[in-house]
Amino acid sequence: METVEINLEEQFQARIDADIRIEPKDWMPDAYRKTLIRQISQHAHSELVGMLPEGNWITRAPSLKRKSILLSKVQDEAGHGLYLYSAAETLGASRDQMLADLHSGKAKYSSIFNYPTLSWADMGTVGWLVDGAAILNQVPLCRTSYGPYARAMVRVCKEESFHQRQGFEIMQTLCEGAPEQKAMAQEALNRWWWPTLMMFGPKDADSPNTEQSMKWRIKRFTNDELRQKFVDMMVPQAEFLGLTVPDPALKWNETKQGYDFGEVNWEEFWNVVKGNGMCNKDRLGARVKAHEEGAWVREAALAHAKKRAAKAETQAA
Amino acid sequence: MNQSEWPLWEVFIRSKQGLDHKHVGSLHAADATMAIQNARDVYTRRLEGISIWVVESQHVHASNPDDAEAFYDPANDKVYRHPTFYQVPDSIKHM
Ligand SMILES: [Fe+2]
Ligand SMILES: [Fe+2]
Repeated sequence: METVEINLEEQFQARIDADIRIEPKDWMPDAYRKTLIRQISQHAHSELVGMLPEGNWITRAPSLKRKSILLSKVQDEAGHGLYLYSAAETLGASRDQMLADLHSGKAKYSSIFNYPTLSWADMGTVGWLVDGAAILNQVPLCRTSYGPYARAMVRVCKEESFHQRQGFEIMQTLCEGAPEQKAMAQEALNRWWWPTLMMFGPKDADSPNTEQSMKWRIKRFTNDELRQKFVDMMVPQAEFLGLTVPDPALKWNETKQGYDFGEVNWEEFWNVVKGNGMCNKDRLGARVKAHEEGAWVREAALAHAKKRAAKAETQAA
Repeated sequence: MNQSEWPLWEVFIRSKQGLDHKHVGSLHAADATMAIQNARDVYTRRLEGISIWVVESQHVHASNPDDAEAFYDPANDKVYRHPTFYQVPDSIKHM
């Protein structure tokens, strides 16, 4: 009899094709594990760094209501980071290592958070556009092949729609207000529109890993597909607000039942990814500072827990 | 991993009175009290729970997925454990 070599990799792919979730202790190819750790931790880093541009406005929110809402939103983003770090840890990544990689600049996070938040209208635009783009990216991931990641994304998605709505409400209030307020909203849209389109990543032709990721179902739509969906979704909302999308090439295309739109400035995109955006240094600096200044708290809490555990042991003896 | 990393805890939440505690995720904390407080902040910001259990992850023992076939196989051929295995005459009520 011939020995049958069981091809683990084929079995693995067959499970994914049958939409059977992969769980932490199941066998998986090394490349799947590595790619997922990178993707999930990058996503977690984005949630964490994403708190900074909005945290910038908490003390200057125009009313107590807006301040409470913004605080809650930022707190949610911290939670999203935690859900995702936990999911990455089920794959064997360590929390300390992931944070060290973020702080050393080795790991990436979404380029969008390297843009400054200059006016209160930016809080509206970020919630409406940036969280809107995040939702489009995240909803398909609720069905991703890796169980803990999919479950984390279900939680995240439940919380995101509040983020987008509060942003839209800020925009609507500004657009229905004084001409100066509306101008402020338009100015914010002008600055955020293109960077938001970059959130979906490079063009499909420049995204060589997409095919493998789609096969593994850790990505369910291509970058260009999501970007198109986003434009089609947002243009009518901008029209409702009476705002102009800053793209002269934007035009409804009857045949494809979607909008044609201009080319993203890819040079700017790669520049920001490489660390040369307006706020890269600020953002990382703020992260590292918070981490270092919190070190003594983490150490003290651990020492205290150890001492109490030792005391409980001697009392029991 | 450096020595300052807090241990990992698994979090279980009872969403309402009368239901089981269900695993919702994990988090790091220095001790059980902090784990419960953090779980409150991370997993119940929208009234998702009325009771929290935390267990240090290192104390959770799990079955091995590689053994799944042999492990669960004894239940495979015992259809008579299900009520649908039995034919009840039409005229018999309340069974
Ligand atoms: Fe988020
Ligand atoms: Fe969000």
